[in-house]
Amino acid sequence: MSELTLTVMRLGFLAVLWLFVIVAVQVIRSDLFGTRVTQRGSRREASRPQQSGRQQARQQATPPPQRGQQGGGGRRGRNAPTKLVVSEGTLTGTTVALQGQTITLGRAHDSTIVLDDDYASSRHARIYPDRDGQWIVEDLGSTNGTYLDRSRLTTPTPIPLGAPIRIGKTVIELRK
Amino acid sequence: MSSTTNSPTHHTSTIGAIGAPSRRNTELALLVFAVVIPVFAYANVGLAIDDQVPAGLLSYGLGLGLLAGVAHLGVRKFAPYADPLLLPLATLLNGLGLVCIWRLDQSKLLQSLPNFVTAAPRQLLYTALGIALFVVVLIFLKDHRVLQRYTYISMFGALVLLILPLVPGLGANIYGAKIWIRVPGLGSLQPGEFAKIVLAVFFAGYLMVKRDALALASRRFMGLYLPRGRDLGPILVVWGISILILVFETDLGTSLLFFGMFVIMLYVATERTSWIVFGLLMSSAGAVGVASFEPHVKMRVQAWLDPMKEYTLSQQGVLGHSEQAMQALWAFGSGGTLGTGWGQGHSDLIKFAANSDFILATFGEELGLAGIMAILLVYGLIVERGVRTALAARDPFGKLLAIGLSGAFALQVFVVAGGVMGLIPLTGMTMPFMAYGGSSVLANWALIAILIRISDTARRPAPAPASNPDAEMTQVVRPS
Repeated sequence: MSELTLTVMRLGFLAVLWLFVIVAVQVIRSDLFGTRVTQRGSRREASRPQQSGRQQARQQATPPPQRGQQGGGGRRGRNAPTKLVVSEGTLTGTTVALQGQTITLGRAHDSTIVLDDDYASSRHARIYPDRDGQWIVEDLGSTNGTYLDRSRLTTPTPIPLGAPIRIGKTVIELRK
Repeated sequence: MSSTTNSPTHHTSTIGAIGAPSRRNTELALLVFAVVIPVFAYANVGLAIDDQVPAGLLSYGLGLGLLAGVAHLGVRKFAPYADPLLLPLATLLNGLGLVCIWRLDQSKLLQSLPNFVTAAPRQLLYTALGIALFVVVLIFLKDHRVLQRYTYISMFGALVLLILPLVPGLGANIYGAKIWIRVPGLGSLQPGEFAKIVLAVFFAGYLMVKRDALALASRRFMGLYLPRGRDLGPILVVWGISILILVFETDLGTSLLFFGMFVIMLYVATERTSWIVFGLLMSSAGAVGVASFEPHVKMRVQAWLDPMKEYTLSQQGVLGHSEQAMQALWAFGSGGTLGTGWGQGHSDLIKFAANSDFILATFGEELGLAGIMAILLVYGLIVERGVRTALAARDPFGKLLAIGLSGAFALQVFVVAGGVMGLIPLTGMTMPFMAYGGSSVLANWALIAILIRISDTARRPAPAPASNPDAEMTQVVRPS
């Protein structure tokens, strides 16, 4: 057998051996199993572009940005808030863009902001714009109540810019 | 890598199970690959030595393929969710080992030795028996947790297996190590290889029950946690007995293997770093102690410290010196980076045990550093899959058993490869799946079968939790 053939076979064998190892490692890469961590809300809002890692965990409650103007929202003043920010509690840092949609808060899975707070009810409160584009917070019959500044809400109340809304340990506010 | 988020800040994530797909077709594809590679090597050896494709190529390829196919069907039928990599990796190693043994059979130098036997057909028979044992274990071991019932029986079983070679009339002293027993009509058997598995079962069962006591009921002493004597007593006694037996049988590789496995499992069970410290101290004290009074071991240590001197003495005809350590190093050296190619090396110059303890030297010479690295990676992948199985296992016994078995496998590879390459003193163990030897092949196929069984249980999709309509309403008070 010629020297060349043997050299080719020798190198070929090593290549094939390494190919096997690489294929095996690829199988391991595709073989992840175990537990899956699903970010709540991502199923409902599949159209939302995937964010990565920590940012996703933090901003999971962000609804999909709606491209167009909000329909029928009426005119908004200069001082209209554009986002809702969680300023205290486990979700600190989460922001939700305010674009005319109703935001629900509570422990229920399908809430816009899922509160993991022992003092929150399943459907605790909601925040929605009224016809004039004024944002209103309404307590949905929660056990421990929703507080705007220091006062417990009894009726739907307009939210001043920057006023803290307290639900259990979570504090949210509207910002420009 | 998906993992459970335990962090309290991520409460808004739901954690559910991803059902691992069955992956049997992946396994089949890899298995075909793992059979083709040794067939390629076989043809390569024939072309290099005799200038022709060996006559037995087709039957060898079909034989190995058939064995792999049987094993695959066994897994498909009895462990459908098992890990897809364990079987192909083991098959590849076994096939390469067969080729290498056959290649050494072709050596004129080895054929001229007085006690030469053609080893390859026998090894093929052992492989067939190993695969049969593999399938039998899969059939009869429906659930690995059954083994937990036999915790203390395993302890006695392991001790009996270890004592057997010392029984007069049954044991056989071969080349200074009394680790074989003669079975009339079958040849010799190495019970220590099987004791490895049985002892892992005992350690797993025992540590599962006692681990809390071992981890928590302890006194702090100089920064280390010392467990109570009564918790530690039985396991230390078993360890001591197995070490003593091994010292009397002068089989230090297995002794190191058992002790290492013991420390690994103890560490995994208790999460106490102090065990590693104790383990290293005890093993180094034991090694120094044994090496100072046991001549067989002393010789090995000398050969490790100064192989060239031993080689010279051996060439001069001084008895009690070993030339093999130096020869193995030369084999690796002449292989270089890419090797000489199959069938073109001269590792047969290591006359004695070239196809068993020193088989890695042949690979090192003919496949070079590149080949050895690939082979060690394949071993590493087997260990990785074992550890992954342990991580995925839902029951503590399965976790400990999988860790123990893969730890023992890893240690064995380390002890053999380290010994042949001159990193640690040579201890005379067999490279799993590759080296010539029936007991080793059988025991390691059984080991892989148990790992596959545990991984099947671990990866089997859990029954979906029934959706509970009350769950939404329940208010869980969680300390935060």
